[in-house]
Amino acid sequence: MFAWLVMMRSNIVSVLLGGFALALWPLATGSFGVDLVAKTMIYAIVALSLELLVGATGLVCFGQAAFFGLAGYAAVKLSPEGAAASLWWLLPVAMAVGAAYALFMGALSLRTRGVYFIMVTLAFAQMAYYVVHDTPLGGGTDGIYLYVKPVAAIGSTLLIDLDRPLALYYFVFGCLVAVFGFLALLGRSRFGRALAGIRVNEQRMRATGFSTYPYKLAAFVVSGAIAGLAGFLFAVKDGFVNPELLSWHLSGAVLIMIILGGIGHLRGAVIGAFAFALLQEFFKSETIFGGFAKHWLLGLGLAIIVSVALLPRGLIGAGSLLTHRLTRTPRVEA
Amino acid sequence: MSFETFLVQCLNSLQYGLLLFLVASGLTLIFGIMGVINLAHGSFYMIGAYMAYALAPLVGGGFFTTLALGLVLAVVLGYALEWAFFSFLYEREHLQQVLMTYGLILVFEELRSILVGDDVHGVQAPPWLAGSIPLGDLMTYPVYRLFISGVCLALAGSMWFVLARTRLGMTIRAGATNREMVQSLGIDIQFLYRVVFAAGVAIAVLAGMVAAPVSSVYPGMGNQVLIICFVVVVIGGIGSIRGALLAALLIGFVDTFGKVVFPQAAGVLVYVLMALILLWKPDGLFKAG
Repeated sequence: MFAWLVMMRSNIVSVLLGGFALALWPLATGSFGVDLVAKTMIYAIVALSLELLVGATGLVCFGQAAFFGLAGYAAVKLSPEGAAASLWWLLPVAMAVGAAYALFMGALSLRTRGVYFIMVTLAFAQMAYYVVHDTPLGGGTDGIYLYVKPVAAIGSTLLIDLDRPLALYYFVFGCLVAVFGFLALLGRSRFGRALAGIRVNEQRMRATGFSTYPYKLAAFVVSGAIAGLAGFLFAVKDGFVNPELLSWHLSGAVLIMIILGGIGHLRGAVIGAFAFALLQEFFKSETIFGGFAKHWLLGLGLAIIVSVALLPRGLIGAGSLLTHRLTRTPRVEA
Repeated sequence: MSFETFLVQCLNSLQYGLLLFLVASGLTLIFGIMGVINLAHGSFYMIGAYMAYALAPLVGGGFFTTLALGLVLAVVLGYALEWAFFSFLYEREHLQQVLMTYGLILVFEELRSILVGDDVHGVQAPPWLAGSIPLGDLMTYPVYRLFISGVCLALAGSMWFVLARTRLGMTIRAGATNREMVQSLGIDIQFLYRVVFAAGVAIAVLAGMVAAPVSSVYPGMGNQVLIICFVVVVIGGIGSIRGALLAALLIGFVDTFGKVVFPQAAGVLVYVLMALILLWKPDGLFKAG
């Protein structure tokens, strides 16, 4: 009991510490660092959206990039040319686009299971990719630009101007905190418990009288909306969208992030996104690796292999594995 | 579309489908028998193509000597990889396997970049296969493409023979159904898995080597073939060789004719087909076991 309390306490402390570090980060770094961490936080939001499906519900979705990219495209296409769109309606609409595609994808793909499910979600994401890539609607391979970034204003007072990097940084940070908090609450709600039940044993859930399909579909829609939020942020940050935002490489990378961090924990998704980004930057660093830095994927690949070999439960399991080794106490399952 | 064009496209579809089948058969075997999702399988195809390019000068350019050397290297590679990276993955969750094999893809791609570079290369077909045969009055068809189809058919046949008609094949099928039971009957399942894995790698490498003169050799070719092979495996039903053959031919025809008939929607057709088939039959066309 005591050990569990300590564990609980240390989890909350680690989340708070991470939050403070992110809030203070712009004071410690220049524009490159702000941009990098803003981008990583956006990936962390997508990772959280996928964690809701993979970790909480047990549905391995390989199409997250579709929600992300379609919402990004919606944000750019719906912005008026030459004038700033209002954040108040553009953000909800972009999220709704992500959610709507998730509803479509989920409604059909939930008929299948296991690896078949993974591949059907991939198929639907690829369809969205080709629609954006091959029709005049999406501007082809070159993508389209967003010239004026959206703003939030009440009356004539400008509250948030996403054209300013710091404003964007804190807006992304706020979104990450909100999504994390929302998913943490969701996990503790009746709905979250039902999803956990479906993950552990869907048959039993049905036997106890739950119609599991609507629950899984609802999880899909929520996940699509959150991934859409991230897609919106990404489009606004770069002022640019291209079909690569919908490619399966992105779906794969996000999946890799949450596995690397540790499936089944919200913190794992965030840790995974940051670890993935940091490893990339580390192996890309020419000051450390010199001319070899252009082969940074080799280092990243080896680091991933080592992490699988040593950390069966992802980076988040590293702490309990370490305390277990050091103190030789029975491991506490986090 | 004239009859000759139609015939040429049919032959192309057949060749592409059979090639896909070769790569996908290793994937479905490793998946069906060992339960490992191997994302690095496309890399073996890439390695094969690069071997065809890089080994030929070393052995004096002989086509069959290059193939033989490549196959030997592939078996050694497969055996070593199973021992070093895959043998401890069996009890792990599928997602851990995904992560590990994703790491392997990155390692293989970068090693390829370090060893051979990032340029696109062409590979010459051997002179005695370089000609074309006439089809009708206007069209000709390259002999080498027919040769590819022939190699693939021969391999598919021998694979069926080994799996269905030999003692080794029997133990492999038994191992897929019940690992513990086979082990308790005194069969070294560890060794068996290593053989299956090495065979899967060798077939993918061979496919890459044979395809190199037609497809040319370029970075990222492994990932492209990987996704399409997963499509083949799930359409056919995981673990089913017969299903993989049928699905690969289906994909070959849909993709090749799609490019001719609906060039603007060619990319998406394969995925629409997969989604439709899986919505109709959620376990693929032929469910193994």
